[in-house]
Amino acid sequence: MSEAATVEQPLSVEDFYDATVLPDPCEIPVIEPGAMADSKPYEAAPEFQKALGFPGELVDDWHEKAIAKLGELVEGSRALRVYLDTCVKCGACTDKCHYFLGTGDPNNMPVARQDLLRQVYRKHFTVAGKYFPWLVGARDLDEEVLDQWYSYFHQCSQCRRCSVYCPYGIDTAEVSMAAREIMATVGKGQKYCNEIIGKVETIGNNLGLQKKALVATLEDLEEDIEDETGVAVKIPVDKKGADILLVTPSADFFAEPHIDGLIGYAKVFHQTGASWTISSYASEAANFGLFIGSNENMREVALRIRTAAQDLGVKRIIFGECGHAWRVAYSFLNTLAGPFDFLDQNYPVPQHICEYTYDQIEAGKIKFDKSANDHIRLTFHDSCNVARGSRMGDTPGGQFEIPRTIIRASCNHFFDMAPDTIKESTFCCGGGGGLLTDDLIELRKKGAQPRMRALQQVAQDHGVTHMAAICAICKTQFAKVMPDYGFDMDAILSVHQLVSNAIILDDAKTDQPEAGDGDNAQPAAAQ
Amino acid sequence: MLTGAYALLFYVATLVLVGGIGRKVVQYARTPAPLKIPTTPAPVTRGGVVMRYVREVVLFESLFKANKWIWLFGWIFHAALLLVLIRHLRYFTEPVWAIVALMQPLGIYAGFAMVAGLLCLWARRFLVPRVRYISAPSDHLMLVLLIAIGVSGLLMKYIFRTDLVALKAFFLGLMRFDIQPLPADPVLLIHLFLVAVLMIIFPFSKLLHAPGVFFSPGRNQVDNPREQRHLAGWTAKLGAGQ
Repeated sequence: MSEAATVEQPLSVEDFYDATVLPDPCEIPVIEPGAMADSKPYEAAPEFQKALGFPGELVDDWHEKAIAKLGELVEGSRALRVYLDTCVKCGACTDKCHYFLGTGDPNNMPVARQDLLRQVYRKHFTVAGKYFPWLVGARDLDEEVLDQWYSYFHQCSQCRRCSVYCPYGIDTAEVSMAAREIMATVGKGQKYCNEIIGKVETIGNNLGLQKKALVATLEDLEEDIEDETGVAVKIPVDKKGADILLVTPSADFFAEPHIDGLIGYAKVFHQTGASWTISSYASEAANFGLFIGSNENMREVALRIRTAAQDLGVKRIIFGECGHAWRVAYSFLNTLAGPFDFLDQNYPVPQHICEYTYDQIEAGKIKFDKSANDHIRLTFHDSCNVARGSRMGDTPGGQFEIPRTIIRASCNHFFDMAPDTIKESTFCCGGGGGLLTDDLIELRKKGAQPRMRALQQVAQDHGVTHMAAICAICKTQFAKVMPDYGFDMDAILSVHQLVSNAIILDDAKTDQPEAGDGDNAQPAAAQ
Repeated sequence: MLTGAYALLFYVATLVLVGGIGRKVVQYARTPAPLKIPTTPAPVTRGGVVMRYVREVVLFESLFKANKWIWLFGWIFHAALLLVLIRHLRYFTEPVWAIVALMQPLGIYAGFAMVAGLLCLWARRFLVPRVRYISAPSDHLMLVLLIAIGVSGLLMKYIFRTDLVALKAFFLGLMRFDIQPLPADPVLLIHLFLVAVLMIIFPFSKLLHAPGVFFSPGRNQVDNPREQRHLAGWTAKLGAGQ
């Protein structure tokens, strides 16, 4: 079974193979106040602020506007109100954030991050904070605090790990979304997120990729697949009357290893005879409206998917591999853009591509040649928004088991990382929540540390060579930061890339020799 | 004079406690939760959510996952506090309920456990740098207040005994608006004053975690957004997509 181990492995793990004891992923650093105070993303230019309905630059009466906005948000969100009131400063969350573990900056402890906003809430909206500010740590929103907000609320990837451990379920993501929404409202928005949202709302995807270019790209991809497999696997765009609308992150059209995942979806659809299409109008699963806490923008992006589904007359909506997109799709799409009574009610709306593939495996409709992945010793990174903000299948925890079942069905060598770093305890990749921008690269590298240490451990213990993920942000982030931790950038894979490698296509060409076939069918892994 | 002052103090404290918590509960209940945000994996049925709460409130499940020391000290304190409160019902009921009489010996040990738990929690605020960093003066004072209440209670039990019959007559009288004389023992007066202070600050402090935990959307929502369209607050105004 494992003779294929002679294939060159993409990892260079010598550095830490020699070490007898690797650093613990959850090791608590010594606190270092202000260590990351200077880390902040570029601010959005006026044109991009205005495009989203925000003022172009910091307004003169920003203080009044910000406090009013905070009041409005607290009135409108039970979560925010309860979370701001109930924290007892027990300390349970203090060592749970990957950015704290990676930087040691105490403001990256979830409770301290929340307190940056909570101190202002107390000052303006509580009796204790109004009359005894020194007693309860209340403070008004001045320029220094606003500056801290901009820095530290952009050091939260909204991964919800803290909320798992909080005895009251306090979710720092809700607090950081509120803070970002307040800042955008007074004219202090974030460049990376706001520019991207602008592109989705005008063009249809984060990359700003026009329909013509999208179609050309996918036609090239179809040719590549056919050259490789001899099978005419199609990737239809805007096909009216298709059964399934696939909404996938636009990174799947271009980036590595994302594109290999897209090939995997296409092969699964092909093999199961599904009628499917991508929409050029809603050619983006990602919804950065979530990251900036903007309900209006999140809804506008979500509505494009409804419109596309109606225009194309599809019966089902399926999402590709994207973490926060799946959270928005699974948890919010029905609320924001429903009801979806015009779709086939025999299937959940929406579905995840992993649910689709899993169902086809269970039904025996797709088969794998697992040896095609024998050069890979794999582990799986649970993406935070999938793990803690959504579900797959019928039972709680399906979001952990379904991807693993697909992996086990297509791959012989699978090993999980340490239990306190996976499933509901998974560590963020370090680039989620709208932080996947080069102006935050130091933060991203440090924030990846806990996950990378867990990976180093499983590499040492089980000779793991690759890690798979089902999130476009995770994939991009890991490809960027893995070299800093001794891994090759190709060590990150899409789950459907494994599917793509191993799936047996009925009408595959048989005139090629077996060995050559195997090599060609593994584009990214054989580097 | 003294009796009158304490009677007034406890009437005010009770009003503030009940009215204050009632106001917050109504506020929490009325504030909408516009989106489905349970921390998953989450229960997919109402019954499942009830079980999640039983584990959370009785066993402090999340805290157990987070940190065994905080869990141990916090759970001991809260469990002991519950026993102590049940034991104190003997001063407010005539005849004393069987369950309260039965708990009597346990309740006394609980007094020590409660103070021990609180002291350990307070020690963390000094000894663990992360917890020291996040502690405001009020976080320390809250523990001091609770410890002082516990210690003054234990002192009365073992050293400065007070006239319990008269004390009970005072509280039973208060409940019937028939003021009876309160024993003028200093430790008792301190104990009662601190309890009244605790009652008054409850609705304005982090002690709101007690009612607040039940309103946390991260914990109390059913994970069924695909099955049932969730609409509340601003999302309730959304029509059919357009």
